[in-house]
Amino acid sequence: MAQHLKSSKSTFLNVLRHSLAFGSPSHASRHLRQKLPHGGPPSIKKVSPNPLTRLCNTMVDTLSSSHEDTNSQVMDFPGGKVSFTPEIHFISESNEERVPCYRVLDDNGQQLPNSQFVPVSKEIAVKMYSDMVTLQMMDNIFYEAQRQGRLSFYATAYGEEAINIASAAALSPDDVIFPQYREPGVLLWRGFTLQEFANQCFGNKSDYGKGRQMPVHYGSNKLNYFTVSATIATQLPNAVGAAYSLKMDGKDACAVTFFGDGGSSEGDFHAAMNFAAVMEAPVLFICRNNGWAISTPTSDQFRSDGVVVKGRAYGIRSIRVDGNDALAMYSAVHEAREMAIREHRPILIEALTYRVGHHSTSDDSTRYRSADEIEWWNKARNPLSRFRTWVESNGWWSDEAESDLRSRIKKEMLEAIRVAEKTEKPNLNHMFSDVYDVPPLNLREQELLVRQAIKSHPQDYPSDVPL
Amino acid sequence: MASLLGRFCRKLVVPGSAHGSRMISTTACDSEAVKSLNLYSAINQALHIALETDPRSYVFGEDVGFGGVFRCTTGLAERFGKNRVFNTPLCEQGIVGFGIGLAAMGNRAVVEIQFADYIYPAFDQIVNEAAKFRYRSGNQFNCGGLTIRAPYGAVGHGGHYHSQSPEAFFCHVPGIKVVIPRSPREAKGLLLSSIRDPNPVVFFEPKWLYRQAVEEVPEHDYMIPLSQAEVIREGNDITLVGWGAQLTVMEQACLDAEKEGISCELIDLKTLLPWDKETVEASVKKTGRLLISHEAPVTGGFGAEISATILERCFLKLEAPVSRVCGLDTPFPLVFEPFYMPTKNKASSSSSLSSPLKKKHYLIMGLHVWCRYWMQSSPLLITSHSICFFR
Repeated sequence: MAQHLKSSKSTFLNVLRHSLAFGSPSHASRHLRQKLPHGGPPSIKKVSPNPLTRLCNTMVDTLSSSHEDTNSQVMDFPGGKVSFTPEIHFISESNEERVPCYRVLDDNGQQLPNSQFVPVSKEIAVKMYSDMVTLQMMDNIFYEAQRQGRLSFYATAYGEEAINIASAAALSPDDVIFPQYREPGVLLWRGFTLQEFANQCFGNKSDYGKGRQMPVHYGSNKLNYFTVSATIATQLPNAVGAAYSLKMDGKDACAVTFFGDGGSSEGDFHAAMNFAAVMEAPVLFICRNNGWAISTPTSDQFRSDGVVVKGRAYGIRSIRVDGNDALAMYSAVHEAREMAIREHRPILIEALTYRVGHHSTSDDSTRYRSADEIEWWNKARNPLSRFRTWVESNGWWSDEAESDLRSRIKKEMLEAIRVAEKTEKPNLNHMFSDVYDVPPLNLREQELLVRQAIKSHPQDYPSDVPL
Repeated sequence: MASLLGRFCRKLVVPGSAHGSRMISTTACDSEAVKSLNLYSAINQALHIALETDPRSYVFGEDVGFGGVFRCTTGLAERFGKNRVFNTPLCEQGIVGFGIGLAAMGNRAVVEIQFADYIYPAFDQIVNEAAKFRYRSGNQFNCGGLTIRAPYGAVGHGGHYHSQSPEAFFCHVPGIKVVIPRSPREAKGLLLSSIRDPNPVVFFEPKWLYRQAVEEVPEHDYMIPLSQAEVIREGNDITLVGWGAQLTVMEQACLDAEKEGISCELIDLKTLLPWDKETVEASVKKTGRLLISHEAPVTGGFGAEISATILERCFLKLEAPVSRVCGLDTPFPLVFEPFYMPTKNKASSSSSLSSPLKKKHYLIMGLHVWCRYWMQSSPLLITSHSICFFR
């Protein structure tokens, strides 16, 4: 094939010469010059005022002066040296083998031989497992509450408990979190109480968000967890900016942001990854690849080998992890965090998992996937049972501990809901506060108008919002 | 209060052509050192001061490192270092998103969008993140340290994508502020206020004035308050409201109208969101007529908001319908720019300004209509009569 083409160098030179033509004062002289490639360097050495022309001239000169061995030639293009090849070769769209997935525990929770992992103490392991159980139960009870009409909306994290808890466990409390919306476990690990979760879901006056957003849109400044916004992937570039701030302030902390397989298609993902690499920001991008974006399977989401391979496109170190393996998640996040902070670099972690629950209470996923598939992931690949096996194998857990925990959590949850439901809603003035730091005149006027309207037609307005 | 200031610090306007007039102002209240600066230099000075006075402040965007395509960021990277003043990749959603993150951590992020025409990829970040950051978190978090600067407006040869005035899109977003300076002195003070305001601000700079407008600008650190409109020219017959470069045009219209005996009151809104309704209202109650002018297309432009509000508040004092002299409802054209622009002649021949009735006549007519109103108590009647009598 190569014979049918002109040598790449002469083609290149011809292309170069042609592109010099436009706007170049030495246009005519270029055409009159003797033809390279095997001749000597050009006899005319005009210095063009046009920087692009000067660059092209330099390239032509360099090429023509060392033409003997094509394969050893390199060229200083803007961006660095590249070597040349006479073969026309397209990089394949994918590697022959998919990127392997890091795991420590097998499907049954047995530690794999030769597995590398960061050891966890009994205390941490027991807290991790307990929090995974708590998260699951909290999801159960809130989901049921929504079904009973006591909550307007809820989204569970079934199947992703290991991602939630293990990643949180591997971080420090100073690491700032930019969540999507399926990571309440990170808050739970850091100490957000069941009551605080319930307050937000019921939008009562104890909700830190002051009743402004739908359930599961948690936020806590004392726990360094930025408030959830439903827009997909918008938090990613924010996390990069926050990471840059941490670096500039010299903090021993990083920013961590979560998103799903669907989120990796958003423009903000690409923007954030590129910025993180260029700004050398200490940020962890943790992708929960759970196979589904509402009803859209990953085969309709992208055609790459998942999300992990995208890291290289941006110059970002990446790893693929078994998201249902708590130990693997812990180790991956732990190591990633070290690298991010020490080396001022972003890290991409693709955690493979499965969204066992529906997208939310507004979704019935049996309409687009088989109930068998859901059931299989729930039973055979359950992150809780796998980790429990390992924790118990160390003598750190028992059936008794399990039932004690579950009954305690259930009681706490039901009490939290009871209290949250009874607590009154935030005052009406909170509709108008915090739009700006201080309400401007137009909002003060509008509040008066609304209050007048309520006075004249109280029956049109909910009575549980105090005025 | 704004009108009080206007009377105290009277501005001298040098008459000239619609485009390219020089506005020279002498502020009687200031005896500090001043320097003759154009708009981009004034902005540059503001940025120098902002970075100097807050070590946790940053300036970034496309090409800001070497000084920026309009030279607004000249000297900043050399003085404050590339960690604080830096180029970003070519990605507006990333620039603003990154800025929000920085601001959320308590820093001041002064972000540059190269042309307002390119701000739209960042619209999601601005509307769904920046504007709602404080509110949705119950005031646990905020990104008030964010300021987004973008050159806007006609430049004579900019066409579709170097001339846009997108302010109306942003005025519809509760939670952000929109600020547009008219001159170098104003720009420096307003930019410093915007940067230091604890709310995210979108700051549109009239690119036409970057070199064209030259003014005595105080060298010290000063701020001009936001959400305070200024009466920059007093008059009794009609109120004109505008912002940015359009004020130069309107100033010319005012001078032309004066020759015909019409006394015009000219108001610079400065902040479009939240805007100073009180100053405009007080003026229209005095003059009885309102003309709003902006480069952006008339339909859905910010003039519509001003018109509707003034109608609500000043209806009974109005002697004519509110006039809007604005850009046309087309993409910003190249060859047709002179036809598209809201020129001083379009303003002069608009219905509000064109009827050269003396004030006395207005009063008599006004009384006539008032009597009929009280007799018949029909708002529709007064409207149709207003149009009839005062066109």
